[in-house]
Amino acid sequence: MKFISAFLLCCFLLAARGARAQSADEAFAALGGTSFDDIRRGVEMLSLSGSPQAINVVTALQAGNLFVRADHALFIKNADGSFSAAATGAPAPDVSADSVRAVRVNNAVRRAVDAALGSLRLFSPDPSVRMEGAQAVFISRDPAALPALDRAIAKESDSSVKTAMEQARAAAMLNSDETDETKLIAAVAAVRSRGDMEARSLLGSLSGKSPAVSAAAAAAVAAIDRSQQIWGLLQSVIYGLSLGSVLLLAATGLAITFGVMGVINMAHGEMVMIGAYVTFMTQQTIHAIAPGLQPISLLLSIPLAFVITGLVGVAVERGLIRFLYGRPLETLLATWGLSLILQQAVRSIFGPTNREVDSPAWMSGATQLGGVTLTYNRLYIIVFSLIVLFALMAALRYTPLGLRMRAVTQNRRMAAAMGIRTPWIDALTFGLGSGVAGMAGVALSQIDNVSPNLGQGYIIDSFMVVVFGGVGNLWGTAVSALTLGIVNKFLEPIAGAVLGKIVVLVLLILFIQRKPRGLFPLKGRAVEA
Amino acid sequence: MASVRNRPGLGWIRGIGLAAMTAAAALGLAPGATTTAHAQDTIKVGILHSLSGTMAISETTLKDVMLMLIDEQNKKGGLLGKKIEAVVVDPASNWPLFAEKARELIAVDKVVAVFGCWTSVSRKSVLPVFEELGNVLFYPVQYEGEESSKNVFYTGAAPNQQAIPAVDYLMANEKVQRWVLAGTDYVYPRTTNKILEAYLKTKGVKDEDIMINYTPFGQSDWQNIVASIKKFGSAGKKTAVVSTINGDANVPFYKELGNQGIKATDIPVVAFSVGEEELAGIDTKPLLGHLAAWNYFMSVDTPQNKAFITEWQTFMKNPKRVTNDPMEAHYIGFNMWVKAVEKAGTTDPAKVIDAMIGVSVPNLSGGFSAMMPNHHITKPVLIGEIQGNGQFNIVSQTPGLIVANEWSPYLEGSKDLIADWRSPMSCGNYNVKIGKCGGTAK
Repeated sequence: MKFISAFLLCCFLLAARGARAQSADEAFAALGGTSFDDIRRGVEMLSLSGSPQAINVVTALQAGNLFVRADHALFIKNADGSFSAAATGAPAPDVSADSVRAVRVNNAVRRAVDAALGSLRLFSPDPSVRMEGAQAVFISRDPAALPALDRAIAKESDSSVKTAMEQARAAAMLNSDETDETKLIAAVAAVRSRGDMEARSLLGSLSGKSPAVSAAAAAAVAAIDRSQQIWGLLQSVIYGLSLGSVLLLAATGLAITFGVMGVINMAHGEMVMIGAYVTFMTQQTIHAIAPGLQPISLLLSIPLAFVITGLVGVAVERGLIRFLYGRPLETLLATWGLSLILQQAVRSIFGPTNREVDSPAWMSGATQLGGVTLTYNRLYIIVFSLIVLFALMAALRYTPLGLRMRAVTQNRRMAAAMGIRTPWIDALTFGLGSGVAGMAGVALSQIDNVSPNLGQGYIIDSFMVVVFGGVGNLWGTAVSALTLGIVNKFLEPIAGAVLGKIVVLVLLILFIQRKPRGLFPLKGRAVEA
Repeated sequence: MASVRNRPGLGWIRGIGLAAMTAAAALGLAPGATTTAHAQDTIKVGILHSLSGTMAISETTLKDVMLMLIDEQNKKGGLLGKKIEAVVVDPASNWPLFAEKARELIAVDKVVAVFGCWTSVSRKSVLPVFEELGNVLFYPVQYEGEESSKNVFYTGAAPNQQAIPAVDYLMANEKVQRWVLAGTDYVYPRTTNKILEAYLKTKGVKDEDIMINYTPFGQSDWQNIVASIKKFGSAGKKTAVVSTINGDANVPFYKELGNQGIKATDIPVVAFSVGEEELAGIDTKPLLGHLAAWNYFMSVDTPQNKAFITEWQTFMKNPKRVTNDPMEAHYIGFNMWVKAVEKAGTTDPAKVIDAMIGVSVPNLSGGFSAMMPNHHITKPVLIGEIQGNGQFNIVSQTPGLIVANEWSPYLEGSKDLIADWRSPMSCGNYNVKIGKCGGTAK
């Protein structure tokens, strides 16, 4: 008896191996087909076939390294350019690059690949890869992955990965033909505990199930919506802070030139643009000379942009503004003309098309903090703008140059009588303001297009911030930038991007009617004269 | 400075000055004389594309392709025995300047045809000039329809040759049930979205499943909008974004989609104004799988297209230059114009306009394009997915050519209108219901 059952077991196992090999052959045949539907079915069959080559083939397809020959034979291209047979993994030295073409993918195939990789990755030795697999299965909700999930959960030791796998199993079960209500309601509870947008999306699609399950799903959706609302408020504040930090960076330089010197500089936006182009040139130079420094090229461009735009600012002051002190309308016109000249100069040197500034790896992507998504580039820009602001305040407060600048602002004639060389201080102040604008350009190159028109988008906003905050006061600039950012971001979902900006402008005009000198005006006899 | 006349002994300066002026005048007139004689031997064609300003990114390449086409035609012996001369002007993305430059081209430079414009607002600005002075404009860019002028030939796509097939593809292949219509705030996206909204409603899509959003040109802060797209797409039904966003606002939009983790497999974005030229400057790996709908892609695999690309890259002396749909439209438009001129035997715009209808030339995707009586051409529709190298992988292609519906049947004010410039109708907006030309169009 035992012998017979063992024999039957062996036959069964052999038959199963044979059946799996057969379905792997079918899968490969489908993968070599021409229509996207065939390729998608091939991927699905391959992931269920149990073939040890499955994960290699699917990974190669995702990376664009799966090739098919005219006779429908499949090959994987290796890193060194040689080919291996897809079905066996054996090297295929007689295959040339022009006899094969890449197996094409479309979005449907990509979804099948993601789902397949998800279930294939559940058994990887690396827990982070298993977690990725669980997340992928949750998103694909593929019921065919249920047996694999059961096996994986049984042997999982890491608790966070196990939770993810259980949520994935719940998602797959909800998408299957399962009718047992207790199991389905338990699955709804598991998905609800996840609480994010993907969970809500899944629960929202369950209206066709039995009444008890639909009710549980609807309740779960309502709960998720409620918590998302609170997180949504916090998210709007974060967006407002990031917009405010961008405004702050652009406006701080203007706060110095307009605030401290009373010069209306319409070319301020072009200083920002020059800073962005300095970043671009730094990246190109590092790319050519020292590619190893690429990750910190952005950090290197900050002092470079400060110095170069500072020098441009000093040149502008000495060459143009100096002759027009006390004549605001002429300064306005002259600096407007200067901005056109600078734009066209950059356009002639670099061309009218946008330039690409790479984002370093540490600035891409986002992180989740509860229900709030924080994109890294915006986070770093918020931190950077605060550093710039405090550095500038410290420079004005604690350095001799800062002392002289403040003296010249408060009472120019007395400062001159004290032996301060006011023309030189004017030039350096203008240079400082332009230098800060240049550093803003470095930050903006990460979130906006680097083109000759870059400055035009920020000049009006910069003036708004400085006028609202109080001319001459850096704290005022900071508060006004952050306030305007937050108000804009709260209005945007309600009124739309265009109307939101208009409303902010109208509110600002009404505010200026009441308090013409802004939020924190400078006090002093000379200033109020 | 004291006048030379009053200083004795310096009369010789006057003498030299007079002699110099006469010589200059003589020399000036002489080449002038030859150019006038020379001018009578060339046919002048105007190129009206922005070479600076916000649209320079898209339009500069169209000026270059026109120069290449004219150069190639001259190598074949010119037209009617004469050489063609290109007159290039720069309207600098300034819409009123487009009208001024068009007038200058026609009245001063005496061009016999103009190839130009990109944005619908630039075309609307120059329309009265062409109609008043009786010249002809070839407009190569996809647009919102709702127009058919006797003096304009529209070689770009009308909404039923781009927007509607893209929506059909998403409904059939991606099973999309919820729609976000995101566009830049001007006439083309506004009109196209009106048409699409009406079309979606005829397909049974409910109001709450459509979200429409407009942003200004150059919008760079997409955080809020992308977050609201993500939220709209988490209601349990498959969602897609139909993007009529124009210009370089597309770059931060796609970057933000990548940053917030929205993949094309979750919420696909199909764009109508993003082509190879706009993708040339950005890293397209995060955009894998997002779509665009055009009538031509650089990746079309036909011998005509390969020859065209080789010719283009040789002419520009840059093997990395890309081709795109509006360039193919100029290729078709220019060849049609040449054929019509040869058919009419003259470059006189009025006769060329009459001779154009029915002209058929090969396109670059292996078929033929014909000029219909409504002054639009027949085009195939291609849907492509963005690849990592900035090229498009063609995932769907109409088997045949589509005739343009310049007056949309989905809008109340235009569904009864047709355009037919053949006599006796000779009308751009004939109302079939009331049987009159010039029926209301809104």
